[in-house]
Amino acid sequence: MADLTSVQMTTYRDAVADGIARELRRDPTVVCIGEDIGKAGGVFKTTVGLFEEFGAGRVWDTPISEQAIMGAAMGAAMTGMRPVAEIMFSDFLACCWDYLANEIPKARYMTGGQLTVPLVVRTANGGGLGFGAQHSQSVENWALTVPGLKIAAPSTPSDVVGLMASAIRSDDPVVFFEHKGLFASKGEAAPPGHVVPLGEARVAREGSDVTVVALAATVPLALAAAAELEGDGISLEVIDLRCLVPLDMATVFGSLSKSSRLIVVEENPYQGGWGATVVSIVADEGFEMLDAPIRRVASENVPLPFADALEQRVIPTVDKLVEAVRRLMSY
Amino acid sequence: MTENTIERVATSTLLDWYEQMAVIRGTEKAAHDLFLRGLVKGTTHLAAGHEAVAVGTSAALRPDDYVFATYRGHHHAIARGATPEGCLAELMQKATGVCKAKGGSMHLTQADHGMLGSYAIVGAHLPMANGAAWSAKLRGTTQVAVAFFGDGATNIGAFHEALNLAAVWKLPVIFVCENNRYMEYTPIASVTSVPNPAADRAAANGMPGVLVDGNDVVAVHDTMSVAVERARSDNGPTVVEALTYRHFGHSRTDPATYRPPEEVEEWMARDPLTVARQRLLDFGASREVVDAADARAAEVVASASRAAQDAPAADPAQAFTDVWADGGAAWRT
Repeated sequence: MADLTSVQMTTYRDAVADGIARELRRDPTVVCIGEDIGKAGGVFKTTVGLFEEFGAGRVWDTPISEQAIMGAAMGAAMTGMRPVAEIMFSDFLACCWDYLANEIPKARYMTGGQLTVPLVVRTANGGGLGFGAQHSQSVENWALTVPGLKIAAPSTPSDVVGLMASAIRSDDPVVFFEHKGLFASKGEAAPPGHVVPLGEARVAREGSDVTVVALAATVPLALAAAAELEGDGISLEVIDLRCLVPLDMATVFGSLSKSSRLIVVEENPYQGGWGATVVSIVADEGFEMLDAPIRRVASENVPLPFADALEQRVIPTVDKLVEAVRRLMSY
Repeated sequence: MTENTIERVATSTLLDWYEQMAVIRGTEKAAHDLFLRGLVKGTTHLAAGHEAVAVGTSAALRPDDYVFATYRGHHHAIARGATPEGCLAELMQKATGVCKAKGGSMHLTQADHGMLGSYAIVGAHLPMANGAAWSAKLRGTTQVAVAFFGDGATNIGAFHEALNLAAVWKLPVIFVCENNRYMEYTPIASVTSVPNPAADRAAANGMPGVLVDGNDVVAVHDTMSVAVERARSDNGPTVVEALTYRHFGHSRTDPATYRPPEEVEEWMARDPLTVARQRLLDFGASREVVDAADARAAEVVASASRAAQDAPAADPAQAFTDVWADGGAAWRT
């Protein structure tokens, strides 16, 4: 048994700065760029301490100028640097979408492999905090529409550090979604040298009746649903995908071979959500593994409303997942 | 805005620039002819008429400097080291194309010569040039970056975002507008708030804006030399607006009938090759010497065209390479 008193705990928020700082220390080509990330420490306090430790030559404050940020990161990435660019809210990716849709993911391919773009785009994603329609969206599915981007979305502090290490060291562009609703959450701190490879899902909880595939904030949501359903004798296996590209379907299929039932719980809208890609692969390649229909618990197809009661009606909740599992078990 | 003045260059240097311009002109004409024969696919945006901007700028740069171009970028690729054969092969979907036939006319790139791409979303590469300049500054290399763009790009957000950040960070970057008077089919003057769409915007971003005769390779070289020296010595960015003219329409399907005939006539008389040839003669070069340069350029282009036509077609298997840095395209396990 581990001695619980010796396990160092930290917040998801502090893990972001820790993960970036570790890479700034080990590689002089890593450089940070974004709005309010320097002296201010980031509007979400996810870059606290970086400016103090590494200085203005490594941590660059920018104007509110998302295209300038993304273009600078891209140009620096193709000329020997490893930029870590912050787009403050993921909703603002739309202000520089050209770079994520047309430029960064295509530069290597359309030049026949001449260009390499090793950069990370960090962004605060997701709802649950009452920020309204333009500061609450889960837009990981936007990135998934574009071949050529790797996509990470950690759910725990140690995964934040481990995936950040892989993202910054990757020679491919990575969009790194930090969930706003998880910033205050706590978990074990990452040990020194901690690296989580891109594209390796984690079985967050073992179970036998239903496979629940989750990402970022829907992982703790699924774990809470699993705890609630345990009392009813229903056993959920919760898979934390960690990344959407590369997508670890091998772990999903491994779990389905035990459970034969699949629910995907995703915070982006049902229309065009990443769960649709996961379930379409299962329908194509794993139909015979299933004993029941596939269910998706996703956000409703409306803009995110402001009031808590309305927002909770729109985004996935523990209650919605519990109900979906119960209906599936009675199929 | 500052005035620019012509400085005398060595006749042999000017002859070399003339020959480079003749190679580019010949390659553009070859691309046009091959297109009419059905051998060039997709679209092309020919840069015939713009050669002096590419060659004059390139002559002012170091080999390790960075260049970013637009979808009208054949001249910049060739001026920075791409071969006419590699470019024509790319246009003809051949395996030997500079981008393995995965880019096409709008994306010619020669990264090993610092020509870091041709970009087909208007204005997108100006912030990228900032990034390359920022990187040079971070690495302490004294390299500079140049972004070439058309007059149409001066009204898009990325242009304005790029100029501001370049000035704030005092980046070693030069923004070179090739003002050919038409934003695709529309006169730029009819959709722009100031007479000089690029240079007039420089002051608002705290940097010099310079107008230059973009059909005079010596004037371009001299103006760019000043801007490059300013950037290289850490004195910040410059906007250079080069006045020039397209010899063809916007793209392959455009006969450019919207341009007044007298305007076309006036600019064709000021063809950058004609201007350079006249200056060579003024400098005392013989007609035979200049004709010999034309002949060498014609042979380079003819040989390139033959080789490109004879090259193997692109291998369909290449569709699944070069997505990721490991060379592959795998997106799941």
